[in-house]
Amino acid sequence: MSSSADELAVEHRFGPYGGQFVPETLMPALAELEQAWTAAREDEGYRAELHGLLRDFGGRPTPLYEARRLSERVGRPVYLKREDLNHTGSHKLNNALGQVLLARRMGKRRIIAETGAGQHGVATATVCALFGMECTIYMGVEDTRRQRPNVQRMELLGATVQPVDAGARTLKEATSAAIRDWVTNVQGTHYVIGSVVGPAPYPALVRDLQRIIGDEARAQILEREGRLPSRVVACVGGGSNAMGIFAAFIPDEQVELVGVEAGGEGIETSRHGAPLTVGGRPGILHGSRSAVMQDEEGQIIQAHSISAGLDYPGAGPEHAYLRDTGRARYVAVTDAQALAAFREVARLEGIIPALETAHALAWVLAEPEGELDLLCLSGRGDKDLAEVLGAGGT
Amino acid sequence: MSTVGTTGIERIAEAFARTGKRAALMPYVMGGFPTLDESVRIGEACVQAGADVIELGMPYSDPLADGPVIHAAATRALAAGANVAGVLEVARALAGSVPVVLMCYANMVFAPGVDAFVERVERAGACGLIVPDLPQGEASEVLDTCDRHGLALVPLVAPTTTPERLAAIGARARGFLYTISVVGTTGERGTAGDAFTEVLARAKASTSAPVALGFGISTPEQARQAADAGADGVIVGTRLVRAAEEAEDPAGAVGALVSELAAGLAPAR
Repeated sequence: MSSSADELAVEHRFGPYGGQFVPETLMPALAELEQAWTAAREDEGYRAELHGLLRDFGGRPTPLYEARRLSERVGRPVYLKREDLNHTGSHKLNNALGQVLLARRMGKRRIIAETGAGQHGVATATVCALFGMECTIYMGVEDTRRQRPNVQRMELLGATVQPVDAGARTLKEATSAAIRDWVTNVQGTHYVIGSVVGPAPYPALVRDLQRIIGDEARAQILEREGRLPSRVVACVGGGSNAMGIFAAFIPDEQVELVGVEAGGEGIETSRHGAPLTVGGRPGILHGSRSAVMQDEEGQIIQAHSISAGLDYPGAGPEHAYLRDTGRARYVAVTDAQALAAFREVARLEGIIPALETAHALAWVLAEPEGELDLLCLSGRGDKDLAEVLGAGGT
Repeated sequence: MSTVGTTGIERIAEAFARTGKRAALMPYVMGGFPTLDESVRIGEACVQAGADVIELGMPYSDPLADGPVIHAAATRALAAGANVAGVLEVARALAGSVPVVLMCYANMVFAPGVDAFVERVERAGACGLIVPDLPQGEASEVLDTCDRHGLALVPLVAPTTTPERLAAIGARARGFLYTISVVGTTGERGTAGDAFTEVLARAKASTSAPVALGFGISTPEQARQAADAGADGVIVGTRLVRAAEEAEDPAGAVGALVSELAAGLAPAR
């Protein structure tokens, strides 16, 4: 965590976005969480314990890798921030470690989380195993099918995976189910939300825990290239890896920030997960106001993406604010483009990216312009093999 | 019962004053479940059986405060084509005989614009709004708009609500103070009467509005215990929605349950 973050209050709103649209039952828990976070981030003991775990258990700092063949292919240097090399295979561990340590400080004995692709669920289950804490992970039935290896990992780690059989049976419903569990068990339970979404203080809390990605990457690229990247690119579902890497570069106005959403079957259809790209009236989902896919009466529309982690009809409120202010821009990549990038990067670089990350890679592969790209390689793709090989032959 | 010139807030106050039972009986009806027409019949059966206020649910895709029974009913109502216009017609059909308070989620209020939404609700003859994901801190625009239209924005308090919040919420309560009896979502529970005493005492001390107890109340015994513990109104939801789902004659089944609840609330002799 940077010193500038310590000096700020925990933001509840980002322009018109954010807020706390939750049942009254949860309001005291949100206040308690905010107080605990405000105290913990100033506390040397907490910071040292988190730093030590991120380093020795998680494997941080993650490398910054100049992807040579990918760079040749696009005609400019492309650096990959290798969050896939974190323990558990994605950036999600950064947040899970920080929040579970916080839960321990608050005296909570039980942890719940939602998961889409399973990466956040695996990270949370891993940290709960590390601390011997009770852990329940909510996951849509459809996602338990398409991310089967991660279900097995979570169960092996001692977590209870609770399949959610409502709506489209994906991340939105898993998140709703986790919130309902929290409403019911709030007194002894901490909800480790996995992205920069949800009611305040979560969007700011998760960003602060993920900004280590951007802080490291910024220092690493300055050391390697003696300059800042011209562009930072990351995939956006809820948007935690993107917010984590963007956060360190927001003050560097010359650095373009690009968030890549799930275009699904095309943003001209309703079968996508790209609320920031498509725009339209803001809405309220899972406790905050942000970009949301909804109908004219405010019913939330089901998202679609081949990538379970991006298959979500909302996005973090700070992303909506960065879009409106022009500081970041958001684009969409279709299922087919992401699948092609998944395969191409595997052969070009010997890195099998997560399908989520493949969206960001697809955008970079297709973009002709630019000088120096920094891409957050948010996770590894082993979990996606069955889905990819099933979707596109060999 | 409704008369021209009285506001929704006044009509709710009258219903509490005139109940004649130990506490006002406030059944919850999911609008559009199983169909729009049948939900009107269910509401009418509730009135026949002694309902003092009807809480009319507006089905929503992501009802975070609701347990599985009401969530499933909302999903089915939406799949059957229920929308805002249809549910407001249900409200209109019932509003002549009973004060109707709409329960809906915040995004539905904000989606068309708060003013436009509240105006539609008023034109349908409803008396107020309950928005379970609009806690104090987010509610001021909706509260101001409802006040301008004479509609009650009914706030909720929970067992977890701190004394400071409780005082602030109670002071701004309109219509009644919706007091959640247990920590959790809507649903049937075996909560006994003594558990109600403390939450009700806290709630009543915070407000001059009537205090209605809800979440987890399903039997005539619990209803009477709630009234005896000081509740001015008793809200029963999930039990009735489950009956509407299970019975071949939803209106008849719900009406019979509401009659039993009314008998449970019959005044002591």
